[in-house]
Amino acid sequence: MPEEANSRKTEEQNKNIKIVEDATCTFCGCVCDDMELHVDVDEKRIIKAKNACVLGRAWFAEHTIEDAPAALIDGKEVSVEEAVEEAAQTLVKAKFPITYGLSDTTSEAQKQAVAITDYIKGNIDTTTSVCHGPSGLAFQGVGESTSTLGEVKNRADLVIYWGGNPAESHPRHFGRYAVTPKGMFTPNGKKDRTVVLVDVRKTKSAGVADILIRPKPGKDFEVLWALRALVKGVSISTDIEKETGVPLEVLTDLVERMKNCRFGVLFFGMGLTMTRGRHFNSGALLALATDLNEYTHFVAKPVRGHGNVTGADNVVSWQTGYPFGVNFSRGYPRFNPGEFTTVDTLSNGDADAAMIIASDPGSNFPKKAIEHLKNIPVVVLDTKSTDTTKLAHVAFKTATYGINTGGTVYRMDDVSIPLRPAFESPFPDDESILKAIKKRVHELILKNNHSGGASGEAKVAAAVNPL
Amino acid sequence: MSATMRIVNGQVYDPKNNINGEIKEICIQDGKIVDAVDDDATIIDAKGMVIMPGGVDIHCHIAGPKVNLARKLTPEARRHDVHPSTPFTRSGSGGTTPSTFAAGYRYATLGYTTAMEAAVSPIGARHVLEEFEDTPIIDKGFYVLLGNNIFLHNLIREKRFEEFEQAVAWWVNATKAYTVKLVNPGGDEAWKGKKNSNVTDIDEKTGPSGDITPRQIIEAFVKTVNKQGYPHPPHIHCNNLGHSGNYITTLETMKTAGDLRAHIAHIQFHSYGGEVGKNPISKAAEIADYVNNHPNITCDVGQVMFGESTIMTADAPLAYVLKGHTKGKWVNADTECESGCGILPFTYQEHLYMHTLQWAIGLELFLLSEDPWRIILSTDHPNGGSFMAYPKLIKLLMDEKFRHEEMKRVNQKALKKCSLPELKREYTLYEIAIITRAGPAKALGLETKGHLGVGADADITIYDSMDDKEMMFSTARYVFKSGEPMIANHEFKTDSQGTVYHIEPTYDNKIEEVLKPFFEDFYSIEFSNYPVDDHYLHQHEIIKTG
Repeated sequence: MPEEANSRKTEEQNKNIKIVEDATCTFCGCVCDDMELHVDVDEKRIIKAKNACVLGRAWFAEHTIEDAPAALIDGKEVSVEEAVEEAAQTLVKAKFPITYGLSDTTSEAQKQAVAITDYIKGNIDTTTSVCHGPSGLAFQGVGESTSTLGEVKNRADLVIYWGGNPAESHPRHFGRYAVTPKGMFTPNGKKDRTVVLVDVRKTKSAGVADILIRPKPGKDFEVLWALRALVKGVSISTDIEKETGVPLEVLTDLVERMKNCRFGVLFFGMGLTMTRGRHFNSGALLALATDLNEYTHFVAKPVRGHGNVTGADNVVSWQTGYPFGVNFSRGYPRFNPGEFTTVDTLSNGDADAAMIIASDPGSNFPKKAIEHLKNIPVVVLDTKSTDTTKLAHVAFKTATYGINTGGTVYRMDDVSIPLRPAFESPFPDDESILKAIKKRVHELILKNNHSGGASGEAKVAAAVNPL
Repeated sequence: MSATMRIVNGQVYDPKNNINGEIKEICIQDGKIVDAVDDDATIIDAKGMVIMPGGVDIHCHIAGPKVNLARKLTPEARRHDVHPSTPFTRSGSGGTTPSTFAAGYRYATLGYTTAMEAAVSPIGARHVLEEFEDTPIIDKGFYVLLGNNIFLHNLIREKRFEEFEQAVAWWVNATKAYTVKLVNPGGDEAWKGKKNSNVTDIDEKTGPSGDITPRQIIEAFVKTVNKQGYPHPPHIHCNNLGHSGNYITTLETMKTAGDLRAHIAHIQFHSYGGEVGKNPISKAAEIADYVNNHPNITCDVGQVMFGESTIMTADAPLAYVLKGHTKGKWVNADTECESGCGILPFTYQEHLYMHTLQWAIGLELFLLSEDPWRIILSTDHPNGGSFMAYPKLIKLLMDEKFRHEEMKRVNQKALKKCSLPELKREYTLYEIAIITRAGPAKALGLETKGHLGVGADADITIYDSMDDKEMMFSTARYVFKSGEPMIANHEFKTDSQGTVYHIEPTYDNKIEEVLKPFFEDFYSIEFSNYPVDDHYLHQHEIIKTG
């Protein structure tokens, strides 16, 4: 091994290598910002990502510069300017344009996307609607006791994961934030913590768990509700085991641990939010954490997936007041998941144009939704060729956030973190393309108002002469 | 390009320049108030109108992590309060926690052109600045929460005051803040580390090692900030907010400042007598008396207005107490090493003793104030009520008859425990211009705000003169921001972003060597990624310290 390391070192020395310290990995919601990236400046690629997990290493290694056109209209190469014009025309012409995606781009780009959708009186939704959307709805119903991840590291002596498998989906969640790190009041790391995993399967994450609880599939809500009852001192029949697969004494033991810990945390994943019960499941879990605050300090946190899906929630919320599934057709934002969420606007055949940003619904949406997407003009911004870019009317190839562009992302605990780009991309970034589309869309709308009658003319006249 | 304009025939209220309702020309050029302009300047006839500087809100919560959590929490509050777009302005939604665009436009509609976000955890500063970029028209800044900062507590405990000063200045620079904010100093450790308890006395031992007191924390910050000469002194939310008998803590907090400058936030919530756990009585007179006699103290009232509000505070234990009353949804959000936060929807109800008394105490404080420059109008938006309630609050202060009408609708038992029914004072327009403009601008040290003298920013509001003051202050006929007409004849004419105000107190870089190991051990983000980069500021201005 040392020999191999040595030869790699020599190889590095012969190249034009730039080192970027404290770079941020945007692959998953952990948003680890301690990357040391070794960049081959001439070849424009990252040859080493120190501190990255297996997923992060792949993320950094895969994003090299491809030889491909920056913009396509119906598969034919065009200039970015022509594509911007066509995208703006397409969106302005539509009666029910939808914007979707956003979880893998910067909050700066997300801001532009909401602005465009506001101007065109369209519909905006993010990948939240197909991952932790139910947690967002549960949040509206019961609230949430929560904390930043550093507080978990410093204080948590009871860590519970529910319906998730961070060992494979968020590999550094254990080591950097929640299980092994040594914190202010947890000086011995893992030894100071009890780790509980609740999952229908025995996943790789079970390795770190002191206690593994395996409910029957689809019975999470019942288990959570029983725990709430026990916390409140309500007696539960031993039949609970028949119903949920979890013996009463296991639940009683967990309740005692939860009530008696110093600082407890419940992390939860899509095993809870996207199975039977959905927002009822998330709501039950959030309510359980809230109830426990009568006895001790207890927090909960959804373990979010995409690098900046939390940013998408935040940006859409501060600009409109609602986190996802927002429609502007009346000139102001309305929120109605089930109607204004993208699977629905597509499957119901409502949308007559779409702008998809940094997301691939063409590969992972229900068949009916994809069929509709094929029948309407679609504008796509993505770093790679995907099933969605293949069906696009206008496709932009963009620079990768965190690798080629700076900007801001929000970690799963709402902490915002800046990006340090490693090398330049020949492709423009999402923000600049969206800004250009926004500018053109606004011009077209003012012009349409102008030709649309006296009131429109008055508005433009007023724009020219404010008094 | 900036407009050149002459506003004529209007009645001008400009307390800083001793102008009390005189008919006076106001000239604008290049975004500033000037002596005179050329004859070809646009003329605005303000006959029958009242001209004031743009309003300045010294204490509100309009941007950042906790505000956004509150927005996400309350879809029901905004469903029926929509904010449509216009050709020049973006859409949004309202309620007591409006979306960023709606917040900017609504402040402008009231004639306010500056608002300060009053509580931001350092780690949330970047988020706040991102939201500020989307908060149109108004100028803004924020106060950074340092009163429960564990690193700083450690320095106080070890009496390393030289390093403490450096570290405070470092944090203010790193976050681009306007001043420091203390909220329930010392209370977080009890909340997070001792099973949701709280400190109850200014001299109670607290902190991670259980050996510093809120008083020591307050003293250290007051001394440091005064020594470094921040334009606005430490902005203090005292311990024991909302609890009966807390006026003693408030008086002790002010005494701790000695004759050094300090600002006491939403002082109404801190002016209660009586025994802990029982119904409070008013101690407005005692608090007003202390403030009246100590020119080093400024405060904002934090008036309670009946109706919907959102409790939103870094005082997490207080929010938990209130959750016990509402039994409804609640958010708690702990920030590593530096802050806590609690959020819940709340309704102030006329028939309740407590809520009536809070309402009455706020009004008493205004009416007992002998120096309107130092008792400033606020509702602690959205805690005591929305900033959209300011016009009604102004009417309550200006119209004794209206006050008595309103008093008929409230809890009569509570009215007997305060002096409000006997207070005959009515605020004048000149005094309103002080508590909403000149006073807060002075307390903030914003020399170009809150007045209409030559050299001032041309942030100007023109109201139609009306007998009904609530109506009058609800919607300005004209609003100029930096000389540009944002609103003319009640319609938005253009959009703008507004300026971020912040300070840059000097410090020795060596402090980073002390800070860095602490960050590596106890924070979850890298030290180098923690300070906020300049590009998040967009349009900004640094106000001088020292």
